[in-house]
Amino acid sequence: MKTIREINEKIKKGEVVVVTAEEVIELVEKKGPKRVAQEVDVVTTATFGPMCSSGAYFNIGHSSPRIKVGGGACKLNDVPAYCGFAAVDVYLGATAIPDDDPRNKVFPGEFKYGGAHVIHELVDGRDVSLEATAYGTDCYPSKKLSTLVNLESLNEAVLFNIRNCYQNYNVAVNLSDKMIYTYMGVLKPKLGNANYCSAGQLSPLLKDPYYKTIGIGTKIFLGGGIGFVAWHGTQHNPTVKRKDNGVPQAPAGTLAVIGDLKQMKPAWLVGTSMLGYGVSLSVGIGVPIPVLDEEIVKYAAIRDEEIYTQIVDYSQVYPQRLPDSLGEVNYAQLKSGKITLQGKEVPTGNLSSYSKALQIAEELKSWIKGGDFLLTEPVAYLPQAESGYSFKPLKMRPIV
Amino acid sequence: MISKRIVLHFPHRLVDQPIVYKLVKDFDLQFNILKAYVTPQEEGLMVLELKGKNENFNKGIEYLESCGVRIQPLSQDVIRNESKCTDCGVCVPICPTQALVVDPHTRKVHFYDNKCIACELCVKVCPTRAMEVHF
Repeated sequence: MKTIREINEKIKKGEVVVVTAEEVIELVEKKGPKRVAQEVDVVTTATFGPMCSSGAYFNIGHSSPRIKVGGGACKLNDVPAYCGFAAVDVYLGATAIPDDDPRNKVFPGEFKYGGAHVIHELVDGRDVSLEATAYGTDCYPSKKLSTLVNLESLNEAVLFNIRNCYQNYNVAVNLSDKMIYTYMGVLKPKLGNANYCSAGQLSPLLKDPYYKTIGIGTKIFLGGGIGFVAWHGTQHNPTVKRKDNGVPQAPAGTLAVIGDLKQMKPAWLVGTSMLGYGVSLSVGIGVPIPVLDEEIVKYAAIRDEEIYTQIVDYSQVYPQRLPDSLGEVNYAQLKSGKITLQGKEVPTGNLSSYSKALQIAEELKSWIKGGDFLLTEPVAYLPQAESGYSFKPLKMRPIV
Repeated sequence: MISKRIVLHFPHRLVDQPIVYKLVKDFDLQFNILKAYVTPQEEGLMVLELKGKNENFNKGIEYLESCGVRIQPLSQDVIRNESKCTDCGVCVPICPTQALVVDPHTRKVHFYDNKCIACELCVKVCPTRAMEVHF
């Protein structure tokens, strides 16, 4: 048994032993969980994939004369931002797109540019246009604002993603006889391909399946800077079915994360365009798991072969919200490049970059080893597997 | 025998003339058209896999050039912008010729341009638009 305080002492002294979630698998295989729990202090996990519920808020500073953008309208590089806040606070969502984007009018739409791309350009240090209109008040007389801003000129610039880091996710296939365009990528007809989106054995919540160490307040690698877990993410669903090893067999827990955009790097916040679907933001996240005991090591050493997920048809079942899975596969099968489904060999593709996740796990490892990154104790836990907390569908009621 | 994938650019004045059939008739070459289109007021473009005896192949190319057709090897036309690629691998099952594959050890995506037939399926499928076509 170790405490986070003890691990932090080791970090400060430069004596900490850190391994990635990939390395710990082999270690446990060789030495057994008991010895690894004694020898290793921290396991680094990571993921880098498109996460739509991402965005950033900004305080743009007060112009002279002043303008009350709050309640008005505002665009950054033509992409509308939400301004239902105080005078100069705005929130830019990753999936927001310019008003004149053709969307899916010419199908499938390309969605070349949106909020995610603006966030990437800001982090890359580039100037971004800001145009706002307002109704004018006695204290905020201006009705129009047109200016360039950049990350440095903004007061606060904070990445605040209300859902990231999905603990497991569906494998998407297409049973219909025409091509479909989804948030899981382009799906070829008649089981032409199977797309998945997870770092599997590197993914943070899959390596701490019962949220024993990852909780509210956990300090993380976020977009190349330092961030924190702010809350459980939207659609957090800890009560789904789990295998004996504790790993959920379907999309389960999620995290809401927050961090200073000014510290972040363009390589770890990348705007993505999903053909026929929309814009998203690929976010690099790394989460350290403190090795407090043997049980935590056992979870951290879970490998791709032991992580199962459901195959879902995205031509009918998903859009109509029908409860049906076509079967179960594990991440080792998915990573092999093909799975067998209904007697057919189906090639697989990942939307989440395993190699980038590995790079993040290594970088976080070097931060911790370098003494710059101390671990935190969660200030509160996420809704747990036995909590009864679950993700409800919308029960529609007529408006009378 | 030689087999190469090439891109032919037909200037505007040549688009209405029969040229490619001569590769078969006069030079005994086999061709497989991988892509062809004519842009209005501009030029014609054809991606061919051309196969035949070395000597005939060279003569065929000479003939095309003498007609005013500009020739490029295919591999120069589809490139991957390395700074944009995140190595996710969602392009891999879309590629019909396995020109895009995941390295099983590093999990990085390799692009073998010699296998590419410039179908361009990967171009719009790529979430970061890292695959670029330069015809």
